[in-house]
Amino acid sequence: MPHRVLDVKNLSTYFFTEDGPVKSVDQVSFYIDSEETLAVVGESGCGKSVTSLSIMQLIPSPPGKIVGGEILFQGEDLLKKSPDEMRKIRGNQIAMIFQEPMTSLNPVYTIGDQIAEAVILHQKLDKRKAWERAVEMLREVGIPSPEKRAHEYPHQMSGGMRQRVMIAMAMSCNPSLLIADEPTTALDVTIQAQILDLMRKLKREFHTAIMLITHDLGVVAEMADRVVVMYAGKIVEESPTVDLFREPLHPYTQGLLESIPRLDQPTSEKLHVIDGTVPNPLHLPKGCTFAPRCPKAMDVCREKAPTLTAVSEGRKVSCWMHVDPQHVDPPTDGSGKEVAS
Amino acid sequence: MSAVMENQPHEVLMEVRDLTKYFPITGGLFSRVVGHVKAVDGVSFDLRRGETLGLVGESGCGKTTTGRAVLRLIEPTSGTIKFEGQDITHYNKQQMRALRRQMQIIFQDPFGSLNPRMSVEQIIEEPLVIHHMGNRKEREARVRELLDVVGLASYHMRRYPHEFSGGQRQRIGIARALALNPKLIVADEPVSALDVSIQSQILNLLEDLQAEFGLTYLFIAHGLNVIRHISDRVGVMYLGAMAEIASSEDIYRKPLHPYTEALFSAIPIPNPDIKRERIILQGDVPSPVNPPSGCRFHTRCPIAQEKCRVERPVLKESEPDHWVACHFR
Repeated sequence: MPHRVLDVKNLSTYFFTEDGPVKSVDQVSFYIDSEETLAVVGESGCGKSVTSLSIMQLIPSPPGKIVGGEILFQGEDLLKKSPDEMRKIRGNQIAMIFQEPMTSLNPVYTIGDQIAEAVILHQKLDKRKAWERAVEMLREVGIPSPEKRAHEYPHQMSGGMRQRVMIAMAMSCNPSLLIADEPTTALDVTIQAQILDLMRKLKREFHTAIMLITHDLGVVAEMADRVVVMYAGKIVEESPTVDLFREPLHPYTQGLLESIPRLDQPTSEKLHVIDGTVPNPLHLPKGCTFAPRCPKAMDVCREKAPTLTAVSEGRKVSCWMHVDPQHVDPPTDGSGKEVAS
Repeated sequence: MSAVMENQPHEVLMEVRDLTKYFPITGGLFSRVVGHVKAVDGVSFDLRRGETLGLVGESGCGKTTTGRAVLRLIEPTSGTIKFEGQDITHYNKQQMRALRRQMQIIFQDPFGSLNPRMSVEQIIEEPLVIHHMGNRKEREARVRELLDVVGLASYHMRRYPHEFSGGQRQRIGIARALALNPKLIVADEPVSALDVSIQSQILNLLEDLQAEFGLTYLFIAHGLNVIRHISDRVGVMYLGAMAEIASSEDIYRKPLHPYTEALFSAIPIPNPDIKRERIILQGDVPSPVNPPSGCRFHTRCPIAQEKCRVERPVLKESEPDHWVACHFR
């Protein structure tokens, strides 16, 4: 039975810079169940990576600081854990893979050693057993002749292979939550397809909950069960994947979806454009942070910030256009999961 | 989309034939040449006046090298490049300098391609200075005009690159490329480093400029959706060779080369309602130092046969204006 793996409540992470505090993550709440993939989408600087680093408590401090909220992992608040306890969770129950597979592997150790290190540390296996586990994981992620490749160094592998190694390392301790921060952004499309396929397979086998951070809405559509959209440090919309793509509610989500060139649509028309740029995080506009770029902004938007409000089953949006209950769409009972996987 | 009329005969602006570029690999005590990276190996195509030709392919397929070699920013190893009928392959430095007014380039990295110690005015003015165009006053007026054309306010002139966002910097790079009124612009991954909402602004700007100034683009990108959106015709490259070249519509609707087919099916489409048969290619792109014999794609090709291992397919016109390099398509 699926259960709640992660429940983030009102998380706020600020960076205290010389020019003033930057609210990178501001009152963010979301959850992930086991065997579920939650995608976190948004453009650079929207706070999606800071959210994931906050969960891992890897925020560089100073200048960064988690100033409020709760991060409930398997029911326990990670923010109340000591650094020692966190170390036992990190890489063990919560694993993370990063965008750049070159810089996240140590160039002077063989990949077998690097995977075995985590296994020895967390699973208390002896050296030989840990090595066997490393080889087994490499086989699991589709590395050909893993007994041989385990003795190789990261520079001997291609980008796609390195990302497989990262995934093998992350999955080696059988984590209940995998955070994947732009796992395929640095890869070519045909290699991306291989890696996404692998992640789907592992999710089925290990029942891991996946938090997938990406800016690529195509990847979201293929991978995620649910989506949260972030803008300027806040969640502006939360929805089952299918509903989000069928009928995005927040004007920012609508703009994002319309502004990508589509392969499945005719090309003759001009692209939709979201005017302006993301606001300076030091001087966020009053009211809704998206209002200055929003084609549908009303007077109230420039005065008062909306909050994330449930509008139907599984759907939340932070927009004054939708607080009116008349706007609510019929509930969708989460049937989208099947189509998305 | 460009303003090329359907029924007009195509006028060729640039003709590229059998272009190759090998980069030597040196090693050992005396830096002897021990091998070659065959970055571009026998690429031919025409660039028609007023069109956008998109070049796509994965990293290392030679698309960037092709883009630079046709401008002779790097010297091709062999092959010919004709611009407006003139063979420019062996033009000397002086001749090339004069020709560069006609052809400009926009780079991927809006951070690395602008000199941080020059103001925006100096950056955009530089090509005018090099080509002795106008006096100081005229140049300043031209810079204002160019900033206006690319959608930046003229008070930005005195500022420096670090004061701008990625999208704005890319606009500055475009203004610089436009300064000399070129006929051809090679755009090398101009939107890859930008966020989606900014990307669409720049793509629309490039289209507007093409319509206004009758530009011809060689548009290099790895994002197939971007390429399909902006290009009239698309060339797909694999490991230094052209696999397929056809109109943007044809290549998407009916890809002939198995690699093109796999490439298109691998792109995640932002619509969870669409279910597709996905072709997942096995393995990695082979090294361009020792490309596979015969057809370069045969090691990963789902329909490869003995012939493909031996004989290299030539680019042939399988359907009207649809060229493909495959023995079986």
